[in-house]
Amino acid sequence: MSRTLGPFAAVLRRDLLLAWRGRADVLVTLAFFVVVVCLFPFGVGAETNQLRSIAPGVLWVAALLATLLSLHRLFAQDHADGTLEQLLLSPEPTVLWVVAKVVAHWIATGLPLVLVAPALALLFDVEQGALGVLVLSLALGTPILALLGAVGAALTLGLRGGGMLLALLVLPLFVPVLIFGAGAVDSHLSGTGADAHILLLGGGLLGALALAPVACAAALRIAVE
Amino acid sequence: MQWESWSAFWQMGGAAPFVWGSYGITALLVVGELIMVMRRRKDALRRLLRLRRAKAGGSGGRRAFEEIVE
Amino acid sequence: MMKEMKRPERGKSLFRFAAPQLFYPLAGALAPWFAAAAAALTIIGLWLAFFVAPTDAQQGEVYRVIFIHVPAAWMSMFVYLIMAFWSAVGLVMNTRLSFMMARALAPTGAMFCVVALVTGALWGKPTWGAYWVWDARLTSQLLLLFLYFGFMALTEAIEDPRRADKAGAIIALVGAVNVPIIYFSVKWWNTLHQGASVSLTKAPSMAATMLAGMLVMALASWAYTIAVTLWRVRPLILERERHAEWVAAELDALEGKV
Repeated sequence: MSRTLGPFAAVLRRDLLLAWRGRADVLVTLAFFVVVVCLFPFGVGAETNQLRSIAPGVLWVAALLATLLSLHRLFAQDHADGTLEQLLLSPEPTVLWVVAKVVAHWIATGLPLVLVAPALALLFDVEQGALGVLVLSLALGTPILALLGAVGAALTLGLRGGGMLLALLVLPLFVPVLIFGAGAVDSHLSGTGADAHILLLGGGLLGALALAPVACAAALRIAVE
Repeated sequence: MQWESWSAFWQMGGAAPFVWGSYGITALLVVGELIMVMRRRKDALRRLLRLRRAKAGGSGGRRAFEEIVE
Repeated sequence: MMKEMKRPERGKSLFRFAAPQLFYPLAGALAPWFAAAAAALTIIGLWLAFFVAPTDAQQGEVYRVIFIHVPAAWMSMFVYLIMAFWSAVGLVMNTRLSFMMARALAPTGAMFCVVALVTGALWGKPTWGAYWVWDARLTSQLLLLFLYFGFMALTEAIEDPRRADKAGAIIALVGAVNVPIIYFSVKWWNTLHQGASVSLTKAPSMAATMLAGMLVMALASWAYTIAVTLWRVRPLILERERHAEWVAAELDALEGKV
């Protein structure tokens, strides 16, 4: 037990500590999320019914973009200072510490979005009964984004113009998450129930958890090799 | 034969812009792709030949330059 | 046989033509035949499309776009699958040629994607009254085009060819796993939001000659894809293998001709 969890916990603790020390970066991601969401009423008008109907989509797209913007930080620092190479050379299974890094990244950047989202939803006059579904959909969906994004981040590691390239690579892959995530809130609001969406998101999370770390580990090995 | 006359054929029952537009754009894309493939082939071969000549006969400086450009 | 005996260290004796040295002339010999087949099939297909297939009872003549639209849409999906297949082969067996095949296929797949989208839009205007509707098929096709763009941009952006090959292979595989998920999710979204839009596939009562025309055009696009891919992979092979002796001999023969 401790033999497998040891390195996992160590990498997790280290990355969380680093995120805590560089918390200004984390706050920037959160601020970006808030500002983007607050831009929409200026663009589409502050008519309450309209805002209510676009709220789930707006919150989800903003969360997706905020995740995307934070992705490049996932491996860049470790790549620059050689930690990544050391980790790859270590006997510990790559997949294990890749998951640890992604989990730490999600706790630092994804979780704050999930927690702030209900407050933003109130700005759009979303009925309070739907806030739970919104939080649940984001809590299940943003880790999928982080896992898929990790593959993209590993593939574009150290490339010139990597940021735009990363967006081009992962945004099409994010579409199903966006559909089920925003759809969950929508269908709860329309009364059809969000169970199916939430289950699909959960299934997607399990699938991503099983496959993405393997692809990410392979991509990291290729990038550093 | 489906058409009463050639002009009926070209008019496509009033849908000429859409039908001929589709086929025209497809033809353009295919021809464009073929031209690009041929041009890429030529460029690649020229570059390889230049590289080889530089390696065979060129001065040291020239050679280094070609290696960098490569 | 002799060739593999000489180089047992490569360990691919089963697949003789996985050696770039043997594949290069083979590709050069085969490509013109496939190109000729593509041209012939296109002529037959267009003849079927315009002179044999009857006018559609519902749509009139506009439906004749189907003869390029559907084969192009099929082809764009097949090409992605083949790309993913070569990528998997490359990653598992570490054969350079498979990566080159994947990279040579991508632009043609993207081209067919664009053809499917443009013809879909031109067909949609008179049929649905709009160039674009967020129909499940059109939307998935658009996302597939983005996947192609991603693959091409990534392989172009990485300068080290070995890393570019493998990184491209991984994103191609990730994309291939996601294509069915994307299609399913878009379809789900579409039925919830859009209501039933006009389906692109026609009723089962489609005339046999229409189907025949479509199939012949599909075969033509297969032959075209093979020919173009072989032509595109040949210079790629030469560039990658330029330090090999056989490439030097090949270049000797080409000196002064290019």
